[in-house]
Amino acid sequence: MIEIDALTKVYGDTTAVDAVSLTVDTATITAVVGTSGSGKTTLLRMINRLVEPTSGSVRINGEPAGEMAPHLLRRRIGYAIQGHGLFPHHSVARNIGAVPRLLGWSRSDIRARVDELLTLFDMEPASFRDRFPHELSGGQQQRVGVARALASRPDLMLMDEPFGALDPIIRARAQDDLRQIQRKLGSTIMLVTHDMEEAIRLGDKVAVMDDGRLLQYAPPAEIVADPATDFVADLIGDTERPMRFLSLVPVSEIVEDGPADGTAIDSGASLRDALSASLWTDREALPVTRDGTVVGRVTLEAIRARAARAS
Amino acid sequence: MRKGLILRGLLVALLVALVLRPELFTPLFAPFAPNGGPVIYQRTSLLSLSLSHLGLVAVASGLATVVAVSLAILVTRPAGAAFRPLSRTITNIGQTFPPVAVLALTVPVFGFGSGPTLVALFLYGLLPVFENAMTGFGTLPPRTMEAARGMGLTRWQQLWQVELPLAAPVILTGIRLSVVISLGTATIGSTVAAATLGEVIIAGLLTDNTAYVLQGGLIVGIFAVLLYDALVLVERALARRMGRVQQAA
Ligand SMILES: Nc1ncnc2c1ncn2[C@@H]1O[C@H](COP(=O)(O)OP(=O)(O)OP(=O)(O)O)[C@@H](O)[C@H]1O
Ligand SMILES: [Mg+2]
Repeated sequence: MIEIDALTKVYGDTTAVDAVSLTVDTATITAVVGTSGSGKTTLLRMINRLVEPTSGSVRINGEPAGEMAPHLLRRRIGYAIQGHGLFPHHSVARNIGAVPRLLGWSRSDIRARVDELLTLFDMEPASFRDRFPHELSGGQQQRVGVARALASRPDLMLMDEPFGALDPIIRARAQDDLRQIQRKLGSTIMLVTHDMEEAIRLGDKVAVMDDGRLLQYAPPAEIVADPATDFVADLIGDTERPMRFLSLVPVSEIVEDGPADGTAIDSGASLRDALSASLWTDREALPVTRDGTVVGRVTLEAIRARAARAS
Repeated sequence: MRKGLILRGLLVALLVALVLRPELFTPLFAPFAPNGGPVIYQRTSLLSLSLSHLGLVAVASGLATVVAVSLAILVTRPAGAAFRPLSRTITNIGQTFPPVAVLALTVPVFGFGSGPTLVALFLYGLLPVFENAMTGFGTLPPRTMEAARGMGLTRWQQLWQVELPLAAPVILTGIRLSVVISLGTATIGSTVAAATLGEVIIAGLLTDNTAYVLQGGLIVGIFAVLLYDALVLVERALARRMGRVQQAA
């Protein structure tokens, strides 16, 4: 758990971060989103004390971060930097193994972990292990940067635009992978992005920042359905809002009894998927299945009603 | 690449022959020797002169490197920043003060022999290494440094594992300049009785024997070219490994 209390950073006469308070619960992802210069990176860097706060405090699993030795604090927290920051003079394997080595893992453990992570990020270990960062594409470098942050299986992670340089398809894959890893390990992650889409996709909670201030801190559905300010609404994009909202709600929430024909949809799918299926096949209702058995139906009317509630 | 290899091989062979079998070159140097005078320098073995010449350069450059790099490390830490102008001044004086003057001033202290030459070469070699080390430490990729801090390296670990290796190619360029300057400058050490290849040249000047001057000059020159070349290769290999574009020498 990361507890941030009235955290403030002042540089000369700019207040980069202005009295931000929020709590990242254990085993959840908080996505911090905002425009360039809104203070996201500064907020993140105050957590592992790469930047010392002007005022306010941070507690990591209950312990005040300000009282720990900075380098020991940092070894506990995985950190993926904006723009990867790989060591150009070390091989991919050595880059990924950097923190485990600091923590005194055995060679064979490190090697196994490196190969495991490379495989996870779709990079054939045999061909990538011994390369140097300049022999990788931008997207590969970034994935190695994220792998490095994950290497020691830290229960806390800070990620600054970890997927910034990835093309949309790989990006979506990497996001799914991160989500899965996080679920499996129960990691607590604070992730910075300037992309609302990514924030909504990844965050259990989304923190919207502007000009150093925290405008709203809420689950994605609430952010989309009920933006706290016009600025937040703008970030979401007005025309996209209903679709964004529908993509967050599972079919199971509005499943009802009644008949429906044709191909069924799984109850775990989003309303957005259900909407497009019914429009595409021109049906007013779709059968809904859970684990293969039909549990009811979802109607176009119910989807429309749900979307209307969000506006 | 192949041509370069052949050329280097030829140069090495020429050097070895000049040092070990100088008499082979008698016909070549004879036209430059005074009538009836000796053509090949034989008072001291050229091998021992070469070794002590190289030894002096190695020790002086080694010391200059250690001192200059340590100094650069010190003044690029936050705590040492205040000493930056002062250290620049000191190393600059080391370079602008003529080595001959250093010899003259240090002979009374160390007596004749290698001592004064070492001091002169050391002082003269500081600046190039220091300036390049400052450049090297000043142009480290900021994101890499941030990652190093962010993952929990201590200051020492940052220095040894990241900063020094990354600055190494640029520092090496400084060392190369320093070594080449020293190789040439060391010849004047023989004016105060240091055993260097300068002895051959000075003997030539004193007895009006151009053959000696050519012989000594040629050997020093080939050493300089080969060392320069070897160090360039090492730098390139290091820089390539790091994906750093070779910086101007
Ligand atoms: N070391 C510093 N010295 C002075 N001002 C700084 C410093 N670091 C950040 N700032 C300022 O603080 C503000 C917030 O910067 P920050 O890097 O946190 O923004 P960001 O939200 O991460 O932006 P981006 O999306 O572009 O990465 C900016 O106005 C920036 O200029
Ligand atoms: Mg940023």
